[in-house]
This record gives sequence, C-alpha cells and structure tokens, in this order.
Amino acid sequence: MKRFFAQCYIWLLLIVLYAPIVFIAVFSFTESKVLGNWTGFSTKLYTNLFTGDMQGTGSLMSAIENTLVIALVAAAVSTVLGTIAAIGLHNMRGRGKQAISFLNNIPMLNPDIITGVSLFLLFVFLHVSQGYMTVILAHITFCTPYVVLSVLPKLTQMNPNIYEAALDLGATPFQALRKVLLPLLKPGMISGFILAFTMSLDDFAVTFFTRGTIGLDTLSTYIYTDARKGGLTPELRPMITIMFLGILLLLIVINLRKIRNSNKAE
Amino acid sequence: MKGNDYIIEFKNICKSFGDKCVLNDVSISVKQGEFLTLLGPSGCGKTTLLRMLAGFGSPDSGQILINGTDITDVPPHERPVNTVFQRYALFPHLDVYDNIAFGLKLQKVPVNEIDTKVRKVLKMVSMTDYEDRDVESLSGGQQQRVAIARAIVNQPKVLLLDEPLAALDLKMRKDMQIELKEMHRKLGITFIYVTHDQEEALTLSDTIVVMNEGKIQQIGSPTDIYNEPQNSFVADFIGESNILNGKMVKDRLVEFVGHEFECVDEGFGEDVAVDVVVRPEDIYIMNRLEGSQLSAKVKSCTFKGVHYEMFVDTDKGYELMIQDYNAFEPGSEVGLFIKPADIQVMHKERTCNTFEGEIVDESHVKFLENTFECPEGHGLEAGDKVKIEVTFASVELIDHPEEGMLAGEVHFLLYKGDHYHLTILTDDGDHLWVDTNDVWDKGDLVGINIAPKDIKLVKYND
Repeated sequence: MKRFFAQCYIWLLLIVLYAPIVFIAVFSFTESKVLGNWTGFSTKLYTNLFTGDMQGTGSLMSAIENTLVIALVAAAVSTVLGTIAAIGLHNMRGRGKQAISFLNNIPMLNPDIITGVSLFLLFVFLHVSQGYMTVILAHITFCTPYVVLSVLPKLTQMNPNIYEAALDLGATPFQALRKVLLPLLKPGMISGFILAFTMSLDDFAVTFFTRGTIGLDTLSTYIYTDARKGGLTPELRPMITIMFLGILLLLIVINLRKIRNSNKAE
Repeated sequence: MKGNDYIIEFKNICKSFGDKCVLNDVSISVKQGEFLTLLGPSGCGKTTLLRMLAGFGSPDSGQILINGTDITDVPPHERPVNTVFQRYALFPHLDVYDNIAFGLKLQKVPVNEIDTKVRKVLKMVSMTDYEDRDVESLSGGQQQRVAIARAIVNQPKVLLLDEPLAALDLKMRKDMQIELKEMHRKLGITFIYVTHDQEEALTLSDTIVVMNEGKIQQIGSPTDIYNEPQNSFVADFIGESNILNGKMVKDRLVEFVGHEFECVDEGFGEDVAVDVVVRPEDIYIMNRLEGSQLSAKVKSCTFKGVHYEMFVDTDKGYELMIQDYNAFEPGSEVGLFIKPADIQVMHKERTCNTFEGEIVDESHVKFLENTFECPEGHGLEAGDKVKIEVTFASVELIDHPEEGMLAGEVHFLLYKGDHYHLTILTDDGDHLWVDTNDVWDKGDLVGINIAPKDIKLVKYND
C-alpha cells in the first residue's frame, strides 16, 4: 500500500513536470494558429518548418544559427579558460585558494538579470558597441565558472605525483601538460563544455541586455519578441518539440556512456 | 669528475616551509653505485631532500652536485635521475607498455629500440605478457613493478625511490626487498631510497643516513648504525634497545642501573654523565646468580616466534628488556650478565634545559616568551641578559594545557629504565626536556609549570 502511494507520488510529479512539453508536442501535430485548438492531425507545421514556407522564416533561421554559433564559441573558449583556471586554482595554497574558489562561485549564484545588467553597464561604460561580440563575451563570462567546477574534481582525484612523474621522465612542463594532464582532465573538460553549451543555449536575460540595438536575435530573444507580437508563430511548436527530443537524446547518450565507464572501471 | 668519486653531493642544504625548518644544514656525499637510504620518522625531512634531488623544490641555501656539476637550478626534466614515487603515479590513461615507453618516446628513441628496451625491463621486473594491460587493473605489487620499470628503462645515473614499498603488504614487501637488492646489483647504478622502516633500511642499504627533525643524526653502514648508535634517538629508532642514564667512572668502567660494568670505551673523562645503550639480545639471562653481574626478577615473558621477549626488574629497581631463546617464568629470580663489548656508551646531548633570557625585575625573569617568577637576590639589573638552567626532573607537566604557564605537546619519549625522558614542543616552537615517572603518550597536550626555586640564573661573563 505504501509502495502504491509512493508510485502515485512519483507519477504525479512527472506529470506536472512534463505536461507543458507534452502539451506543446501534441499540438505541434495540428494546424491551428491558436495553441490549444485541435483542428485535426497534420504534419504541415513540420513541413513548413523545414521547407521554410512560413512567415519570418529568415529571421528564425538566422536566430537558430546565431544561437548555435554563440553557444559553440562561448563553450569552446570557456572550456579553455576554465581548464587553465582550474589547474591554477588547484595548485594554489591556503587563503588565496579559498578566496578564488569563492569568487568563482558568485557568478553561478548571481541571478542572470544582474549579470546581464551589470555587463550591459560595463559595455556602455567602456564604449564598446554592442552586438555579436559582446554577447559572446558575456556568455564566456557566465560559462567559465561551470567549466572550472567540472574540471576541478578531476584534478583533486588525480594522484598529485602524476604531473611530477612526467617531468621526472624527461617531459618539459608543456609536454607534461599535453601528454598527461590534458588526457586525464578530458572527461571533466567534456562535461564542462556540454554544461557551458547548454547554459549558453538557454540564456535569455544576459543576451537580451548585451545584444545592443543591431537587431541580433538568438532563439530565446526571437521567441520572446514573437510571443509579444501577438501569439506564438505556430511553427515554433514543432521546433520546440524537436529541440526537446534532441536534448533528451543527448542526455541518454551521456548517461549510457557514464554507465559503460563505471562498468569498465569495475 | 672534479677530483672526487662522489656522484651526488648535498652541501649544507637548508630549507624552511614558513617558519618551520625542515632541513637544517644537511650535507651528504654519495658514491657511485651505492645503495643509500634516508631513514627517519615522518616529517624528518627525508622526502623533501629526495624531492630536491629530483628537482621538485629547491633549497633555501646550499648546493646539490651530480658528478661535480651544480644542478641546484636545473629543472627536473633535465636531470639524469628518475624517481619511483610512493603511490606509483602511473599514467592511468596509458597501458603498461606506453607507461614504460613514455620517457623513451620523449627522447625520440627509434621505435624498434624502444620495443627491445621495454621488453627487457618488463622481463627484469617479471612482468612479461602484461604490456597491453590497463595499469589500473593491476595489483599494488604489479603497479610497483611497472613504476620501477618505467624509471629504470631510461637508464638513469641515479634511481630515487620514495617509500616504494610502503603500500604493499608484509609478505609482498619482503619479496620486493630481495628483488630491489638484486636489481641494484644487476644495474650497478646508484640508488637513493627513502623509508621510515628501519628493518627495510638495514636489509637493503650500503649506507644509512638517519634523520630527525631536519638534521642528520648519524651516517654509517647498517652494522655501524645498529651496533654503535651515536645518540639516544638513533638507538631508540633502530631496533629495540635499553637506553639508560649512566656515568663514566673512568676509562673502560661505566656505571648504570646502580652497578659498575666493564666496557670498551675510553676518552670520556672521569665521572661524566653519559647515555648507555644495551640491545635486549645482548643481555645474558640465567637461572643462577653465580657468574652474573646483577640479579633481577622476571616481570613478563612473551613468545615472539624466534625468541622470547622478557621484561625484568633489576635489584636496584630498573626495568630492562631482554630477548632470549629460553623462556623464564614471570616471578623467577634470574642473574644477568652483559659483555663489555655489548655496552654502547654515548655522550649526553644535554644534561639540563638551558634557555636564553632577560631579567624583568628583582623576582621575575623572561624566557620562552613568558615571564617566570624566580628566586630573589640574584643581584642583576632589569634588562640584563642571563642564561637560565632548569633540570629535567624539576619541570612539572599537568593534564590541562590552559592551567600551565606554558602549553605544549609531547613530541618524543624515551624510556630510561626507571623513568621517562620526554621532549616537549611548546606552542611557540621551543623544545623542553622533562624527566618524569608519569606515563604520557606521544601527542598529548600538556601544561608546563616551573617552580621559582628550580630556576637557576647564570650570568653571562661579558
């Protein structure tokens, strides 16, 4: 009986969590302009999305492209910066280490809106014309701490003598970094990259404040503007559905990999 | 070579971490092909010294020479030494073969030559057929072998080993000791070995350097170190021993445990306080009293495999440890005999506590960063510098650190037959020596009191 209630509770939670997304997915298979109006099964919205036969296609496509480019560049740069920072932080001692770790955590706890506004003010103060560049810089800023946080545990788990062993065997500090340290940090760097990529993908507030007035749109700002213009463009429904499935697939792959790795370790 | 045949020379190495001095004027010379062991308790500076030789950490002052060339500032990857690390430090992302080939690949050695060399060392450490294995799937002993192979494949002039066997179980450790010794013979290169295990040091080494608190206590062959320890620390650290207060009556005659014994030592002077060391296996124990030098009563007798270990109380109330092949019943009266050559006489490092201090007023003196009451009538001016002497027995230790004039920690203890001789490290980092009958453990926090009457002021003759 207790078990039955526990099961019910779980299912209730899952339904509440996933109802909105299921709702959108279901209504992506009907032509109705208004969400919630079922006008019969159709895959027309999907065809529209892929053939570009819809209003504002150009700006949607460029928004998707912007989003992906910004996320990739920001994730790549912050992976490099974050890894270097993590190695430096790991080798620090005493108070300095605590202070820097603390400073690293602040941007993550800081509300996005504050990060966005403060970066906006900074760029205005420095007279940097806002656009693509400032959005990428802003994304790197809030992504880097996540990379630091995913690389650091790999360093603490590592035998402290490993880097020294490489030097001892005749590797220059750079060779030791490339041949020993980086391969061992790779799993942490990959998860840091994925984390940074997804953080950048779904960011709205920071992008909104740092994109300036040149009309640069990412997916989130596009949807926001679109929704304010009087209802969601119907084609966004299949797009959201596809994105959700994409993320789901990615998560499944990551988890399978994790299971396989832990099996191998045993 | 510049006029000597030493492969490694440490010259007056000093090193501090913060205000803690870890190496204090350490000088060691190592001959080509020698198996030298740095032996000491943890925190004695032995690992720091080894790491300096490998290039990890540099001395505050002093020089390190290899083959007469100063390498103090040479980075680790350019030094002709290789290290076997304590926890192996194998590269987990490479297999056994690639771990061993790591150094050779960096030197751009041709592939077929690498192959020959790797197979040769694998054979040497009895790990043939393991080359494709993941290093993390190997046992501790096997990982250790790979770590050794990875170091020796580069044909270093010196192999450094940092407690390489510490993580292995006893049986495995014994086997590896024999293999290491054999490997040293075959390779003919110099081994510098760090350990805290005195038995391991005695088994393996040509030369042992005993260290404590950043200072060299004694350098010598295993037999020298065991049979002729130079101070009570070495005697206590290496093997079992009875360490006793004694008095050199005259040449070849020493008094301890309330009796006079013939010995072989000369040149100490007459009526000089000394420390005496007698190994437990060097005391002859018998059922009769005739022919014995003193009588004793057996207190306990424990079987230890090869021998029995007995504690006896002598007629004058001293406790001695004795090892013998025969068991003697607790409670039985026995006679004891010690051969002159088995008595090791050592100079006392100190006979009382001495401190530098300054007079505060008529009845107060300042030393150990504290003001103590002292006997009046010393006739000295405030501000005068004085030497303060306090005998070991007059320092009082109490359980609660906050109730003492000073607080400290029991740092080292030595049983001297009828009392304990303790080294106390005060919170300010000073040493204090105490004789007491109370039982304390290493690491106990204590309060320290000194009664005014026990403070003896000695004026400097300026």
